[in-house]
Formats: sequence, C-alpha cells, structure tokens
Amino acid sequence: MAELSYKPGTAVDPKRAVRWGSLRVAEYRFYSMTKWMGGIIAFGLGNPILFLLSVGLGIGALVDANSGGEILGVSYLQFVAPALLASAAIQGVMDEVTFPTLDGFVWDKLFFAINATSVSARQIANGVMIVALGRGLFTTLLYLGILLLFGAVPLASFFPLLFTSMLAGWGWAALMMAITARLENDEGYFAVIGRFVIAPMFLFSGTFYPLEQMPIFLQPIGWILPLWHSTELGRTLSYDYPIEPSMIALHLGYLTLMGVVGMLLTYPKFEERLSR
Amino acid sequence: MFAKDSEVVIRAKNLTKKYKDFVAVDGIDFEVKRGESFGLLGPNGAGKSTTMKMISSVSQRTGGELTILGKEPNTHGPEIRAHLGVVPQKDLLDRELKAWENLFTYGRYFGLSRKFLKQKVEELLEFAQLTEKRNSKADDLSGGMQRRLAIARGLVNEPEILMLDEPTTGLDPQARHILWDRLFRLKEQGVTLVITTHYMDEAEQLCDRLIVMDKGKIMAEGSPAALIKQYSSKEVVEVRFGTDKNEKFAPQLEELADRIEVLPDRILLYTEKGEELLTKIVDAGLHPMTSLVRRSSLEDVFLRLTGRTLVE
Repeated sequence: MAELSYKPGTAVDPKRAVRWGSLRVAEYRFYSMTKWMGGIIAFGLGNPILFLLSVGLGIGALVDANSGGEILGVSYLQFVAPALLASAAIQGVMDEVTFPTLDGFVWDKLFFAINATSVSARQIANGVMIVALGRGLFTTLLYLGILLLFGAVPLASFFPLLFTSMLAGWGWAALMMAITARLENDEGYFAVIGRFVIAPMFLFSGTFYPLEQMPIFLQPIGWILPLWHSTELGRTLSYDYPIEPSMIALHLGYLTLMGVVGMLLTYPKFEERLSR
Repeated sequence: MFAKDSEVVIRAKNLTKKYKDFVAVDGIDFEVKRGESFGLLGPNGAGKSTTMKMISSVSQRTGGELTILGKEPNTHGPEIRAHLGVVPQKDLLDRELKAWENLFTYGRYFGLSRKFLKQKVEELLEFAQLTEKRNSKADDLSGGMQRRLAIARGLVNEPEILMLDEPTTGLDPQARHILWDRLFRLKEQGVTLVITTHYMDEAEQLCDRLIVMDKGKIMAEGSPAALIKQYSSKEVVEVRFGTDKNEKFAPQLEELADRIEVLPDRILLYTEKGEELLTKIVDAGLHPMTSLVRRSSLEDVFLRLTGRTLVE
C-alpha cells in the first residue's frame, strides 16, 4: 500500500455536500442504470407495446370494423392510447421503486452506505424518486413517440399528455415507495402487487372501454387508481372528449394528493430504517 | 472544519440508546481527542455497534449528550458526516460497479468535484493496492480486496475521524500489518481513528486508549497496557488436561496461581512468573497434555471483566 497524505477535514465543504444530496443520489443511480440499459428499455416499453399491438391494433380493428367509429367517436386506437401512455409511465416508475428500492435496504444495503455520507435519508428518498421519474419519463417519451407514429395522439398534445401521464406515475411511485420502505423483505409481495393491483388496474380503469360501462359497484376500483384519472385527462387532451372543469381539477388534485401523501409516508420510514 | 481549537472531537456523557424496553447503550461516558486512536471492545450485543452508529451520526440517541467535532449530531448529522469516514463491518460496496467507480461515485456524495476525485481515486487505489484491479467489478474482487476497497472508500473525503468497524476481518496477516502501518500514518497526520475489533492484537497495536463494553455499559477504560496492568497479571500459563478433566484439576491449580479461569477447552492461570508456576504444576504431579506460558493480553482483561471470551 502506498502512503496516503492529506490534511484531515479540508477536502469537503459540508454546506455544498449537504445541499445537493438528492441530485447526487440520482446521479449515482442513473450511472448504475447504464449497466443494464437494455433491460430497462425492455421492461419499460415491452408490456405497453404488446398492449398497443394486440389491443390497440388487433382488437381495435375488430371494434372499428363493427362500430365504424360511431360508438366511441374516435378510432379504438385513439381511445386506448392515453390509457396505454399513462400505464407506460406508471410501469416505468414502478420498476424503480420496488426491487431496486428494497435492494437498498435489504440485499446490497447501499442506502446505508450512502447514509454514512453527508446525504440524509430524506435526500436518498428524493434521489430515488428523481430516478424513478427519470426512468418513467424515458419510457413515456419513447412510447409517446411510438403513439405519434401510429397517429394515435395529436402532436399538439405532446407535452400536456406527457405531464398528465407523469403525474400519475409520480403519484403511484410515491405510494409504492412508501409501501416498499415498510417491507422487511420481498416475500412475494411484489408478485402479489403485480397480479392483484397492477393487472386489475388495467382492467378496471376504463382502459379498454369507458369506466361507465362497468356496474356502478365496480367503478370505485377505477376511481381510487391513478390510471383512470390520468386516462380521463389524456382523453380530453387527445380528442373531443368533454369533461367538466371541476373533474379536471379533481383528477389533477387526486394524483397530486397521492404523490404528496406517498412522499410524506415515505420520509419517516426511510429515516427510521436507515437509523437502525 | 469544526472544532479546530478543541482537543476533544467526540464527547459522550450519559449516552443512552433504548429500543422500546431494551437498553442497547446504558449511560456511557467517554471522550476522544483529536489524533487519538480509540477502540471499542466487546462481544456481540455489547452495544459497541450502536455506539458506533451514534458517533457516525446516523442513529439518534435516546438519552444523554453527544457532540461530534463540536456539533450536535441530532441536528447536524449530514454536516458532521461530511467529515467522517466510515468503514462498515459489511463492506456495502456496489457490486455491479468497478473498483474505481465505487470510489468515484462515493466521493460525489460529499460534493467533491470530478477533477478532485479523478486524482484522489488513483491515490486511493494505490493505497489499497488495487491499481491493477481498478477496472474489475467489486463483485469479482476477493474478500480481502473488497475490504481494502471499503477502507479506501472511507478515506475518499479525507475525513477528520475515520470509523472502522472490524477493519481487518478477512485480510491475510501480511495485509493486516500493512494496513495497521497505514492507519498509524494516518493517525500521525492528525486523523482520529475509532475502531471496533475482535482481534486483541489489533486493539493493542492500534489503540491508544479503549473502552471495554458489555451489556451496554463500560466495564473498563484506559490504554491497553494500563488495562492489562490493572486487571490482569504479568503472565498467563495455559494448560490443557482434556475437555472433561479440566474441571477436575481446577481446585489443585487454584492453590498454585494468583487466580485461575476454567474455560471449556483449557485452564488459564494468572501469575507474575509463568515458568516458575509451570514447574510447580509439574512438581505437584499434574501433567497437562499441553502447556503454554505467555504474557497477559486484553483477552485476559476482557475475560476478567465479563467472564466471557471475546469471540464466542
């Protein structure tokens, strides 16, 4: 070992170190992510693209042929596109706040190593969220591009659609992160979430048909899930789908509330867990 | 940099940590001076890891007072941690990143510039003898190499206090001695070392002063030499009669030595003159299967204070 010479305590400016902790966590996780970029793209885009091809185009051809576009007022592909876009955002962020987040606490325990530096537990949570949103944004942008190529959404709605989809992604990610922070181990929990929450979310959020078509006692399932809110907003942005301004405020407010509550539930658990 | 004018960099008074009804650290008092090498000794569950976490400013105390570098860790944790280097018991490396990337990304958490880190990383790789492995993933390094990388990582922010939790576990004897030498040099430059270890020779080599902890309390405090002088004799005779016979011969041996400890595998006899005592044992007609005369160590101090060996 070579000699190491330094004057203790002079290299770090604590104020600077403390100020940008969340971004430094995000920087590190984005960097780590480059190691498995192919997998991230495949996970983020694979499922929504399969839905686009099978449901949007396949079932869409059948629906359009039989309705002549009269039932929904637009082609079936245009009808499902906002929902598929929101689901791509939700899927994209979810991939970051489940296993990789639990890994930080349970398996590789890297959050504990990070928390030994000037980065706080709250900054770690924020850093993870920045990365989740970045991951969601990446897949949503790609997906939005594909939808544009298919003519499923108008170009003028590009940024508003991106916003409403990512808002749903953030709300869901915050809630999922709060849940993940409370898991001591996986114990099949994420599989249960996948089967009994994510899959029903697609089926009960008015994704493939208007939610009003469902019996009234099943509709609340859609109301509490972020996908329906984002889908409603997306449809009014994509084509002539009139909804009340109060409902627009409700959708935006609900998704924002979900994100805020999720983060408020996440912070104390990160702090408690990393101080053990 | 905090507390420049103060000699004391860590001050704990009646420091307490409770988890519901369990008291992990029970009102301990100690001080660590700048440039000192301070050791925490104790068996598993003694409270030393909890104490280390509180000093590391990641775990908040539930009672008493604690200042690190003149600051209150409950309110200034991140600022304090900016000047601490932590080498955890489990390396906690990013197994997917290369050796140099582990150092570089860790340095970025402290807000260190890329330019600074570019040079620092190479220095640290050299220090840890990992220059040739700089592009190997942490997962592909041997246990000893991973340990060295974790120690190098703890130095990336040029800390004032370096916290080492069992630093040489997994290192071969040669690497241990080299590391002791390097840690000693860091100490000479004014770096304060806080060390937990199960190795008594390591504590004797590295620590200017140490506390022996058990059940959350401090059992003894002092330099290794002073503790040995206070709590043990100059020499120790170890004899083995066989697992089921040690107890049988204990009463006879008790009369010959200042004090004895009967362990499952051997009997320890404390005395000022080991060779003379061994002759007396043989003269008394007792013929141990093996015998050894050695100088007293911290292990004996610990055994005296707690009734247990350190590694259980």
